[in-house]
Amino acid sequence: MKVFEGLKFRRRETAIHRLDPRTKFVVSIVIFTLALVFTELPFLFLLFMGQLPLIYSAKVHREWGRSVRGGLTLTIIIFATNLLVGYFSNGMVITEGLVLYSFSLAFRFIVLMSSFSIFFLTTSPDDLSLALQQSHIPYEFCFAFTTAIRFVPVLANEAQTIMDAQKSRGLELEKGNFLKRIRNFIPILIPLIVGAIRRSLELAEAMESRAFGAKKERTSLYLLRMRMSDWGALAASGLVLASALYIRYFVGLSRLPLT
Amino acid sequence: MVVLTGPSGCGKTTLCRCFNGLIPNFYGGELLGDLVVHDLSVKEHPTSELSQHVGFVFQNPENQLFALSVEKDIAFGLENLAIPRDEMRRRVDWAMDMVGIRSLKDQAPYELSGGQQQRVAIACVLAMQPDLMVLDEPTSFLDPVAAKNLFEVISKLNKELGLTTILVEHRLDLLSTYSTRIIVMDKGKIVSDGAPRDVLASNDVEALGIGLPKVTRLYRMFSEQGLTFDRPIISVDELVQEIRRRAAK
Amino acid sequence: MIEVKDVYYSYPSGIEALSGVTVTICDREFVAIMGENGAGKSTLVKHFNGILKPSKGQVTVDGVATTKESVAQLSRNVGLVFQNPDHQLFSETVEEEVAFGLRNFGYRDKEIDERTTRVLDLLDLAKYRKASPFILSGGERKRVALASVLAWDPKVVVLDEPTVGQDYRQKERLRQFVLKLNEEDRSVVMVTHDVEFVADCSPRVIVMSHGRIVGDGDADDILTDEALLTKASVLPPQVTQLLWQLSDLGLPRNVLDLNKAKKLLDNVMGVRTGG
Repeated sequence: MKVFEGLKFRRRETAIHRLDPRTKFVVSIVIFTLALVFTELPFLFLLFMGQLPLIYSAKVHREWGRSVRGGLTLTIIIFATNLLVGYFSNGMVITEGLVLYSFSLAFRFIVLMSSFSIFFLTTSPDDLSLALQQSHIPYEFCFAFTTAIRFVPVLANEAQTIMDAQKSRGLELEKGNFLKRIRNFIPILIPLIVGAIRRSLELAEAMESRAFGAKKERTSLYLLRMRMSDWGALAASGLVLASALYIRYFVGLSRLPLT
Repeated sequence: MVVLTGPSGCGKTTLCRCFNGLIPNFYGGELLGDLVVHDLSVKEHPTSELSQHVGFVFQNPENQLFALSVEKDIAFGLENLAIPRDEMRRRVDWAMDMVGIRSLKDQAPYELSGGQQQRVAIACVLAMQPDLMVLDEPTSFLDPVAAKNLFEVISKLNKELGLTTILVEHRLDLLSTYSTRIIVMDKGKIVSDGAPRDVLASNDVEALGIGLPKVTRLYRMFSEQGLTFDRPIISVDELVQEIRRRAAK
Repeated sequence: MIEVKDVYYSYPSGIEALSGVTVTICDREFVAIMGENGAGKSTLVKHFNGILKPSKGQVTVDGVATTKESVAQLSRNVGLVFQNPDHQLFSETVEEEVAFGLRNFGYRDKEIDERTTRVLDLLDLAKYRKASPFILSGGERKRVALASVLAWDPKVVVLDEPTVGQDYRQKERLRQFVLKLNEEDRSVVMVTHDVEFVADCSPRVIVMSHGRIVGDGDADDILTDEALLTKASVLPPQVTQLLWQLSDLGLPRNVLDLNKAKKLLDNVMGVRTGG
């Protein structure tokens, strides 16, 4: 669950937070792409270090750290899996190269994960929804998206309350064999689902009562505007991407110590 | 300001959902007869149109706030109506000031207390500048102090803006002094309709077993013993005055 | 007997909901826990059957610490009826809903049948025995939830906000029912903010505010203590408000009951009460 800590928005007053969500999305995509394009450890390491100043200036380092620690299990699994696969297919031999390669793949996973972590930690779901809207995605989808996020804490609470209520009627959720445990979740699931349906009906009522669908084109209270800082960030990302791709595909990498 | 009350299942909730067209448009079923709000027949106009004249505040504060910030929620109705941004900004600020929640404007709904959430819901409706506001048991989930505060806000809006208000409620002891008219329903029919004093003091209403304020019950008990009063008593202050008057004699 | 010893509780989010609460609830007591929303009332009662375990301090039920048993085990003796019945209802029939708890506690079929019949009759739900709980009205669903807890006869019955959403007649019925429960040798604990309802029941009243207990005593004393009620943001009962304003006429300040108030006022109003 700690992994998800790295995806939850934190309200802070930083330059990164003030950037347009579309800019941040592009930057994340650039980092993501670069991490995919390169498998060489030094590059990945550079990419990783390059994110750190962004994370620190956004003051979200603690949450980011927590999510990296949360993803450590998966990282280790990736490392071990690749090692084993290489071991068996390489004639039962572990070479230094194989270890380095597995390590760089595992490391790459961390870079990929954290590239979007920055995006989610510094972008409020509201801004996200606005970005989607202004990118001409139909309003219904944006609304469904925001509403889902808005109700996640509510549903989580309700699930907990339902579990408490059923435990108070003698339901033992922690005992019994596998099959029994699955059956024991029915008294939790049904009230949850019925509750969700009831809730969506109430929501629909409220939406209708506020003239949802009255006009084809909606206006919006807030407007996302690209500023100098946004264009600057985009330009910088573009430059980094271009030069990296150039190095990768047009300049030989044999000079550098690799696998 | 009309208070609509009656025992559970009497039809008051159903009736108020007719005012903005949720019945018959959202709920289906059959509607005989007609309901005309602001010259618009409920049967012939969609809720999206009716809701520009009739604002609705629901019982459960949580399920009528969908945005991630108070401001955005209040703007929701205006966005749906394609109101230009400047006008929207004006109205949102005005609604927040009317209800006293300007300081909460960037907070998320789940960060607010029940009373605050209901005030936001009222602001959401107010921003659309309706002619009529309907509130369906808005204090159901609130404690008595928060309920009293909410009634004060509603009463203020009714007096200052002349906003016609229909309030469906059980908590008559807190409300009797705010309303100008009480309608009592039972089993799908209206059984009493008039000034609070007359309605609360009538025999039919007592028989229904709705929650009369205790002071009104005392008034009835004294009346039955032969004491005469100028007018029925519906608040603590009034009874205090009466008692002092007699004690002085 | 439920003993709460200097209990502190903080939610995972960090909010401290209980700040040093100490209280004992004996067998066969009738208690109302009052206070504004957020005072900590529900948080406190959730410690009684172990749903919440104290961050500091201890809660024991009949001498056993709540940390030593599971919620299901503790619920055998402390039955908690939640505020929203829809958080519990999931069965196809009312009968199965009531049987759920009984099955969990290991009762045999014959006894389950008998107990179900008894409790459905008690709460006037016999006619809905084979009906689906989802088609019943709000008040009826609340009664089904209550029935399902009473079925296994817990020594302590805790009701969380039983009057919310109920009309006058339903509350009257509830009041009589609650008094009857108490007469039958059970402890009844009600969490409520409905002061008129509590005034009509006249139990022991515990008032909470900001996670602490700020008042504990007979309803007559607590609900007429103006300073206490103001501090805890609890509205006084109308009858009490009335008599406070007339205290200069020699009327007492500690009366809750409507009929008692009437008798006192008879003299002032010049009513002859016969004979």
